[in-house]
Amino acid sequence: MVFKRQHKERLLESTLFIVSSITIIILFLICLFLFRDALILFRTESLIDFISGSFWYPTSEPPLYGLLPLLLGSLVVTFGAICISVPLGITSAIYISEIANPKIADFLKPFVEILAGIPSVVYGFFGLVVLAPYIQNLLDLPTGQVALTGSIMLAIMALPTIISISEDAISSIPSSMREGSLAMGATRWQTIYKVVLPAALSGISAAVMLGMGRAIGETMTVMMVTGNAAVIPGMPEGIVESVRTMTATIALEMGEVPMGSEHYHALFAVGSVLFIMTFLINLIADLIKNKYRFKLEGS
Amino acid sequence: MTEKLIKDSDIAIQINDLNLWYGTTHALKDISIDIPRNKVTSLIGPSGCGKSTFIRCLNRMNDLIRSCRIEGEVLVDGENIYDDNVDVVELRKRVGMVFQKPNPFPMSIADNISYGPRIHGEKDKKRLESITEEALSSAALWDEVSDRLSKSALDLSGGQQQRLCIARTLAVKPEIILFDEPCSALDPISTAKIEELIMDLKNEYTIVIVTHNMQQAARISDYTAYFLLGELIEYGDTEQIFENPQEKSTEDYITGRFG
Repeated sequence: MVFKRQHKERLLESTLFIVSSITIIILFLICLFLFRDALILFRTESLIDFISGSFWYPTSEPPLYGLLPLLLGSLVVTFGAICISVPLGITSAIYISEIANPKIADFLKPFVEILAGIPSVVYGFFGLVVLAPYIQNLLDLPTGQVALTGSIMLAIMALPTIISISEDAISSIPSSMREGSLAMGATRWQTIYKVVLPAALSGISAAVMLGMGRAIGETMTVMMVTGNAAVIPGMPEGIVESVRTMTATIALEMGEVPMGSEHYHALFAVGSVLFIMTFLINLIADLIKNKYRFKLEGS
Repeated sequence: MTEKLIKDSDIAIQINDLNLWYGTTHALKDISIDIPRNKVTSLIGPSGCGKSTFIRCLNRMNDLIRSCRIEGEVLVDGENIYDDNVDVVELRKRVGMVFQKPNPFPMSIADNISYGPRIHGEKDKKRLESITEEALSSAALWDEVSDRLSKSALDLSGGQQQRLCIARTLAVKPEIILFDEPCSALDPISTAKIEELIMDLKNEYTIVIVTHNMQQAARISDYTAYFLLGELIEYGDTEQIFENPQEKSTEDYITGRFG
């Protein structure tokens, strides 16, 4: 009997271990595959030319694989998205957790989270047929498919992440802290601004980083609304010009390249850069979260 | 009974027919009580008797609870704090509060103290520094923390945190300080320090303290009020309440027969 029970326990333990190991192994293999195929490019192409090259002309003769226009395209669109979504997201989170009647908050939060479930192609479609023409008319541009359109769409898509995680962070601040501030004659706004927000800063920063991660990795929507011109965006007029992001480049070109060609490996190299960037952003978000949790609890 | 207890000129807070409901629960019933100036008044009674609810009426902290409805008068210096034109911010500046669990803000010790003066408009750095030193000294904490004012307040021990919260309240220069079971989360030594502090503070402040510790009420307070099920059963001189209670229920409670 005893032997049998121990046996069962051990079986359960090893099953769980194997299942969770598989996840890690898959992740590891994807990385390996991605970096291996990316590195093959540098047998024929120099790393410096790739990173600092200003032209992405994979079909010209000789082909040019310069990352810069794509990298800057991604950064411009993402930066714009963050500028729009952070103020909106944090104020919404403050409203939901601190100001709204609990009944309204209970109604609002699920709605915000549903926004995250809308497929990105739907956002892209909306951006293409509604927002792009509007931007074109509003700013009197030759085309509405510009970085700004992409930024606005990405901002909307990053909002659920930013609102939801910031709201969790703000709600997790114990109410005793708010009471302490109010009892000293602080107004509700002073309490939010000087006590609650600083205390929730870690969670809010993590929310912003994760929203940024979402924006930089988004493919379908930006491909549909940013025009996909692989040119280095000018500053500051690049925001109302067509740009092409790293994600859109991979999605657009991968179907047309012969497997194993130089172009094919160049796309993998772009993918690696994207992977490293999102990995770093998530890592930073995690570090901030842990660091401030420590600070809140004292050392 | 209470009219005779405290002379009109010595009344700091006068409560007339206070009733409070949480939704449909009648939590405080017809409370009338006079709180004397520069004395310690303790509120005792078993859990759920309404003593904490009552003390939170005195600086309108119950405003934060949506289902809460209040009738009756609370006069602080003759002015009803539930009048429509009362500025709650100004009221809470005059009537400070220390809570059950120490709740320092997640900032430095010095910033915790200067928070109050700052939000009330004090900008001068020198003034803020002297207010900080004064408040920490009054709360008997200055000697322990003077060399680490810029360190996080969350690194202090529980008892130190509670004294920090008292100092923080003092920095706003209130007239009345409400203590809602300030020692219930503390060890006996920290409790003794806080009690000593409260007795010192009564020279300058009117103090109302909720406690579930009857010895504490007997040790530190001048007047004691006994609450049961939302009603004020008995109120009087602490000595009289503990040695010669008029009501059977008070006697049962203080002799430990229930509660």
